[in-house]
This record gives sequence, C-alpha cells and structure tokens, in this order.
Amino acid sequence: MRVAVVRFPGSNCEPEACRAVERAGGQAYYLGYRDRSLGGAEAVILPGGFSYGDYLRSGAIARFAPIMEAIRSHAESGGPVLGICNGFQILCEAGLLPGALVRNAGLRYLSRPVSVRVERADTPFTNAYGNGEVIAIPIGHGDGRYVASDALLNELDATGRVVLRYAGTGEPGVPFNPNGSLRDIAAVSNPEGNVVGMMPHPERLADPALGSDAGHRVFVSLVNFARSPTPAD
Amino acid sequence: MNWRVHVRVLPRAGLLDPQGQAVQHALEALRFPDASNVHVGKAIALDVSAETEEAARARARQMCDRLLANPVTEDYEIEVEPAGERR
Repeated sequence: MRVAVVRFPGSNCEPEACRAVERAGGQAYYLGYRDRSLGGAEAVILPGGFSYGDYLRSGAIARFAPIMEAIRSHAESGGPVLGICNGFQILCEAGLLPGALVRNAGLRYLSRPVSVRVERADTPFTNAYGNGEVIAIPIGHGDGRYVASDALLNELDATGRVVLRYAGTGEPGVPFNPNGSLRDIAAVSNPEGNVVGMMPHPERLADPALGSDAGHRVFVSLVNFARSPTPAD
Repeated sequence: MNWRVHVRVLPRAGLLDPQGQAVQHALEALRFPDASNVHVGKAIALDVSAETEEAARARARQMCDRLLANPVTEDYEIEVEPAGERR
C-alpha cells in the first residue's frame, strides 16, 4: 500500500502519519502542495495542522492548492482519502465531504484525549476496529465543531455516514463532546465511504511506546483495505 | 474604473455563535444591557476593477461564493462604492 502524505504550508504531524503507515505495514512518502500528481499513491492522507495560518477559515485556502485537483480525481475514482483535523477541514472546504468545521463551542483550543465510538467499521480507515468499539485518541484543534443543516445531519444518520462519534465514558477529564459538534460527530465519510475526515489524531497515538496505540488500527485498516479483494473480483 | 467593495461575513442565523455570545455577555457586564443579538463575523475590503457598479457587485458575489464566505455556515453582504483617489 503506497500512501501519500500531503504537506501544506503549516501542516503538522506528517512524520507521525508516515510512521504510523509504515508501522502498519504500508509504504509512506510526502507530497508537496504544489505537486500535481500523486506519484502512484493508492491512498492519500491530508494531515493536521494550520495550513496557510488558518487565514480566512481553516482549510479555505489549502483547498485551492495545485495538488487538490489530483486528490479530487483520486477520490472521485474511489481511491481512499483520509483527512485528519486540518485535513478534514480542507476536505469540507473542498466539498469532498459535507458540512463544515467552525470554532469550538467553548472558544478554546483543545489539546487532550477524547473517547470516540466507531460507528462504521467498514471504511478503509476503520475496518480493523469493532463496530461500536470506543477508543481514546487525542484531539488538538480550535475549529472542530462539526455543523451541517438538519436535513444533511438526518441524511448522514440515515445513510450511516457518521464514522466516529464523541463518546465520553465518564472517566474524569474526558469530555463527552469536547467542541459542541452537532450530534457528537467526530468523523464523517462521503456517500461512497472512500473519503473520510476525522478531527482526532490517530497518528499521534499509534505506537505502544506512548502508552497506547489506540490509533494504530486506522492505518492497519488502510493496509487491510489494499489487500482485500475488490467486489468485482 | 475601480470600485471599493466591502464584504461583511456573518455566521448564518440560527447557528450557535459562541463569539457573539461571549461579546454580548461582556457588554452586559459593562452595563450595556440594551445590546442584544450580537454576532461576530469578519469584514473584507478590496478594490475591484469593473465597467459598472453592478459588474463589480457581480464579481464580488462570485468571490464570496468561491472563497470569501462558507456557504454552509456563513452569510454575506456586499457594499460597493467608487474607489477613492489612487494612492
């Protein structure tokens, strides 16, 4: 599984994303935002960070970077694309995912672990988890409140496109829904399920040396996905 | 001719606006209880070169739809006036 990790001006955790892919058995390499080809990538990760300083709106300027055309084609032909944090914001701004991410309800930047429940264990990024499994992984964002119209939220629920939901388990210090996201949404997918955006950072907790590797299986899922036979086979 | 375009972007009505609420609470604390319905957005000013005011407005609307405002979460208003003296 060849995985491209795209660097924008202001990206972060891209080395962690590469390491996490490689620890899961994939092969990772960087692409720059000015590149126009994915260089043979089978999957693309848009990492976290603060592309273009979050000027105007988070992700609003990165969505017009030259590399985005190739990412759009890859996504439209069914290739897996994962947006983490700022990557999620960019995918929403680009219209590859529905809805938007706005300022946290509490107005504060949040950097802490959260519990999320896996609502869809059949995406390229979650198939190594159990349906309904609750995992604790970190968030680090100021603009993480997921919003969409009621009609869209109903559609997301009805068609099972909410991939992760905030699900505090009552442990002290772990908020139920840290940022005021509507319907506790922490991750969504496109209708086909190949494009997923998530606010938490699984790559930040993907090595047991850190005390937990709860995020590791996001990357294992991706490698599994590459190995699984396509429905046409 | 150059037109001065002022774009005001505000959070869509009905969407939780925690910044507006925080500012309203601060105004109340400063004894401005007569302030209500406070919202915080952004103002963007630019010059647009166009034949007519209507053409400048139409271009500004395209800029808003494409980049300056997020159609999911924000509404915008546009004001156009003749640009001032060239600096």
